[in-house]
Amino acid sequence: MLMIPCPWCGERAEVEFAYGGEGGLSRPVVPGDLSDGEWADYVYFRKNPKGTHCELWHHLHGCGRYFEVVRDTVDNKVHGSAESGSDIRGVSDVKKV
Amino acid sequence: MQRYSAFSLVRHALSEHKHWRRAWRSPAPKPRYDAIIVGGGGHGLGTAYYLARHHNLKNIAVLERGWIGGGNTGRNTTIIRSNYLQEESQGLYELARKMWETLSQELNYNVMFSPRGVLNLCHDEHELKGLRRRVFANQARGVRGEFLTPREVKQFCPPMRVDCPRLPVVGASLQRNAGTARHDAVAWGYARAADRLGVDIIENCTVNGFDIRDGAVRGVRTTRGDIAAPKVALVPAGHAGVLANLAGFRLPIESRPLQALVSEPVKPCLDTVVMSGAIHGYVSQSDKGELVIGGGADSYNGYSQRGSPHVLAGSIAAVCHLFPQFRRLRMLRSWGGVVDIAPDASAILSAAPVGGIYVNCGWGTGGFKATPGSAFAFAHLVAKGEPHLKGRAFTLARFATGRLIDEHSAAAVAH
Repeated sequence: MLMIPCPWCGERAEVEFAYGGEGGLSRPVVPGDLSDGEWADYVYFRKNPKGTHCELWHHLHGCGRYFEVVRDTVDNKVHGSAESGSDIRGVSDVKKV
Repeated sequence: MQRYSAFSLVRHALSEHKHWRRAWRSPAPKPRYDAIIVGGGGHGLGTAYYLARHHNLKNIAVLERGWIGGGNTGRNTTIIRSNYLQEESQGLYELARKMWETLSQELNYNVMFSPRGVLNLCHDEHELKGLRRRVFANQARGVRGEFLTPREVKQFCPPMRVDCPRLPVVGASLQRNAGTARHDAVAWGYARAADRLGVDIIENCTVNGFDIRDGAVRGVRTTRGDIAAPKVALVPAGHAGVLANLAGFRLPIESRPLQALVSEPVKPCLDTVVMSGAIHGYVSQSDKGELVIGGGADSYNGYSQRGSPHVLAGSIAAVCHLFPQFRRLRMLRSWGGVVDIAPDASAILSAAPVGGIYVNCGWGTGGFKATPGSAFAFAHLVAKGEPHLKGRAFTLARFATGRLIDEHSAAAVAH
């Protein structure tokens, strides 16, 4: 089982959380300006990397907050987590929990 | 190639089985092929076979990173069915199911297709409505399916408890001509048959780059040297996104762990396949006697070929609710694969944004059953550049047009 470091509650077992998919995505400000292809890219296309992945987790059975985690998708090592919206994709800047 | 038959078995028995030849060659890669298939699982090997058999392309290579059938082909729970909801899926999966019936004869290799029936259970009123809708959709389009009451379920599958207080079975769909096959045999059978037609199967050969000029592919870079080809077909399952990234395009795919496990072998006790979407578990018994148990995919992206234990524990608990007598069985081994899940839980058989590259991926948690149909339709696409009638809805373009093929409800377990 993964151990997920919630920035507010500390490291907890994965069963307390719900996975929220790729992190760092923001909804286009004016969706109407997008072509169908660009909209599809926002809605459906994901980086899905083999390696370092920035992702959202939701502390469903805890504090209830969303936050971003940087995890390696090959060895499942968690490199850190931070409040959602902060830029933690550069792993060196990650607040270590 | 030596043909397998009762006669050849007797003949080799006389020489104590010392003179069987290798089922396929192990050639070094040539500098150039007419088509390269990346991925030596069932779908990739099948694609090579149908390209050689039906489209007269003989100078083909299949490049496999590890060994033949060592990925998801050798890791799935071998279930074959075609009771999907949408017309497009029914067409492709039913094509595949029909091909399973004669695949052993076609390949001269026993894939042990066993149409023992597949039961899809429902445990509440809403699920029952959804399942009835699916049965009617199947019947309307010639896919075999019927609806069973709890009493009929008990008659069809006596070992199962249908009146479990926590998970009462309120009905089930049954596809009688669905069942299981031997997964390894599918890879080996296609490999042997393709090899006979001149296809080079190259194992331990990782693709780590593409030669792309003027928007068209010219070849691939591999750990065993550069290989030129005007057509490259990607059939990489969980690693679809990795290869797409190397070729400079994106896919609407997320790769997640999916786990399964088998029990110690026991005497025959379950002669059908039982699946329940609501409780994330399904079970069948292999010919060796092991109970093969699978469940839902893990929630997070992962390439580790292992998942979290609580997901597996949930599947085991679900199966033990339905079959309390299985509680005392010991589990022999568990494993995981990397499944490529598309947003609509349907496959992608499509030309890629790079000229000459074709992708076959997105089979997610249920690709094994589709192997012959997927390979057949994909070979048509690769050879002709035009989609096969049964595969034409499964393009990448559907994500922009919105014509998705939503099969989340027909997947065996929710994901």
